[in-house]
Amino acid sequence: MTTQKVTGSKALILSLLEEGVDTIFGYPGGAIMPIYDALYDFDKKVKHILTRHEQGAVHAAEGYARVSGKAGVCFATSGPGATNLMTGIADAMIDSTPLVCITGQVASPLLGTDAFQESDVVGMSIPVTKWNYQVTNAEEIPEAIAQAFYISQSGRPGPVLIDITKDAQFGELDFKYEKCKKIRSYVPETPVDPFKIKEAAEIIDAAKRPLVLFGHGVIIGNAENEFKAFIEKTGIPAAWTLLGLSALPSDHILNVGMLGMHGNYGPNLLTNEADVVIAVGMRFDDRVTGKVSEYASKAKIIHLEIDPAEIDKIIKADVAVLGNSKKSLKMLTDNVNKNSHNDWVARFRDCDYTENEKIIQNELFPEKPGLTMGEVIRITGDKTNHEAILVSDVGQHQMVASRYFKFRKSKSNVTSGGLGTMGFGLPASVGAQFGALDRTVVAVIGDGGFQMTIQELGTIAQNKLPIKIIILNNNFLGMVRQWQQMFFDKRYSFTELQNPDFITIAKGFGVTGHKVEVREDLENGIQKMIDHNGPYLLEVVIEKEDNVFPMVPTGASVSEIVLEH
Amino acid sequence: MKQEFIITVYSENHIGLLTRTTIVFTRRKVNIESLTVSESAIPGIYKFTIVVKATREQTIKIVGQIEKQIDVLKAFYHTNEEMIYQEIALYKVPTKALYESDTVEKIVRKAGARILEITREYVVIEKTGHKYETQELFEELNQFKVMQFIRSGRVALTRDPIERLSEFLKERDAFLDALD
Repeated sequence: MTTQKVTGSKALILSLLEEGVDTIFGYPGGAIMPIYDALYDFDKKVKHILTRHEQGAVHAAEGYARVSGKAGVCFATSGPGATNLMTGIADAMIDSTPLVCITGQVASPLLGTDAFQESDVVGMSIPVTKWNYQVTNAEEIPEAIAQAFYISQSGRPGPVLIDITKDAQFGELDFKYEKCKKIRSYVPETPVDPFKIKEAAEIIDAAKRPLVLFGHGVIIGNAENEFKAFIEKTGIPAAWTLLGLSALPSDHILNVGMLGMHGNYGPNLLTNEADVVIAVGMRFDDRVTGKVSEYASKAKIIHLEIDPAEIDKIIKADVAVLGNSKKSLKMLTDNVNKNSHNDWVARFRDCDYTENEKIIQNELFPEKPGLTMGEVIRITGDKTNHEAILVSDVGQHQMVASRYFKFRKSKSNVTSGGLGTMGFGLPASVGAQFGALDRTVVAVIGDGGFQMTIQELGTIAQNKLPIKIIILNNNFLGMVRQWQQMFFDKRYSFTELQNPDFITIAKGFGVTGHKVEVREDLENGIQKMIDHNGPYLLEVVIEKEDNVFPMVPTGASVSEIVLEH
Repeated sequence: MKQEFIITVYSENHIGLLTRTTIVFTRRKVNIESLTVSESAIPGIYKFTIVVKATREQTIKIVGQIEKQIDVLKAFYHTNEEMIYQEIALYKVPTKALYESDTVEKIVRKAGARILEITREYVVIEKTGHKYETQELFEELNQFKVMQFIRSGRVALTRDPIERLSEFLKERDAFLDALD
């Protein structure tokens, strides 16, 4: 292998190119300037997207990773640059999103001296990274980067942070690159145990009322086809977690909807009727389970999972099948009998009927004058042929968007699930667009969350990204307000907002916009947004005190799901 | 029910791994009773012996989370009964207590302790044993006013006849090669 003498900074860029990186999201500063200087020579080979805040860079990297399946890459400087990444890194950690975050650091002789813009980035990112490492010597760079990509993208993916001191960026090395193939202390995935598969298959074959719960693991494992084959062969109804959304087409006959606090009536209620629950690549989050002691109380649990630490963490598995979902689902499908559960599936459809009568009709086709979030989502989904990427922020609009947008393609739903990071949506949509340049990206965001990362309108305008931004504006921090109404005696403590004129702000950034206040203008407004060639902001004024239903109240069992307040 | 567990961790010798390991306990608000880290029989591989008071369920989850750390090779947990373990304690007592009567000598003999150093002012006594034993010796010596006292973290061995680590490493290597 030939080597060339290069600086640490150039070695970093060359290493990223070796890993196939085409887009970097970042923000320069003192301690990362040598890297930015090296990057300047590579503008033909790799795009760098200057966000308006480091939090924007890391959420953009997440959005990129979620739609492309490749690690998102972001750059930030030391000190405040790095601390501003932390929210996004924590978000990526809990949502198993592969990231490689590169932070500049003060020169190694200054470490621990409280130098300008020095902070203990490795120390503070330990709890929120899958792995992190500080490079203090240029020669370590290629190997550190190779390991970073291997670790972040293999097994259960997650964020990795590499902190590079300024002297290591300036230092020289003989560059050669080898991709990392294994690390002896790290087992990315366990081979699927055929005995466990047999055991699981027997239980599934004997089940009368089986229910499949699928999560992000199906998407991360690229196991959508294997998953579909499994449920179609067994005829088992399948319900999704927030991050499992889009792994199975919304109109699939066995797709019975969303699990959890604001999920659908059927899958919540009937979880406690199921005699077998097959959980695929999901981790029984408390928003899914409700009261754990009364969860799936009649069911044997089969858990297909890549991360051994997830087994028995919340819900004890009767059979745990460790390994990659693509492999385990294939093996399971080969081992189960062809079956159907029509009567059982019909019970979900009965629940759908009830939910439709009590909630969905009023949400999607309201007769009251005020606009609902649901009708905006319904029309937007229809007009994008259900093929767009939906990026949502956090709150009421997120639940409504997830419930009603409807998907045909996988990797189409980008949202902050585990961490519930307000401000995620707008920057994540930037990354999603770069991760899928040929697809329509619709960002649905509340008026609260939008103002947390509003400055990324600048990034969108500068890069002429044709993102369709919808603000569902109810002038409230709506989800908190809903809880205050339901559980805190309507004491609306600090949840009402005085909002700016969003359209004028967008205009200031160079983004065209339009505000919809009445139903007559809605469909046309959405059509104009979609037809617009370039970024567009559509603000829709929503009925102020609408609530999201159904709801499993906190601490209640999933079968205590309520349809109205 | 909370009880004492001994958690054993084999890891690479990487900076920051101690924090990565202890933070797993911090996050779950489980206090570490004692912690000993040193190189294992295999150069480059370090062994942590961590004693906690926790429920079995908590301990299992903690071990799972520790083992998930990239630089950790393997983590186990055992009850006290399943391991052979020792702690070491050092006691500094005034020298005059030793020559004024034979009580100190008797205590030291009975406890199977030994004297490490004698100076004009103080005597340093060493005792290895379980915590209750080193504590008992402390109580007895304290009638002469122990000037300083220190107890180490625990070191522990399983009752297996051999150290399985080298076998484990070979198996791991073969396993990872088979993965790709």
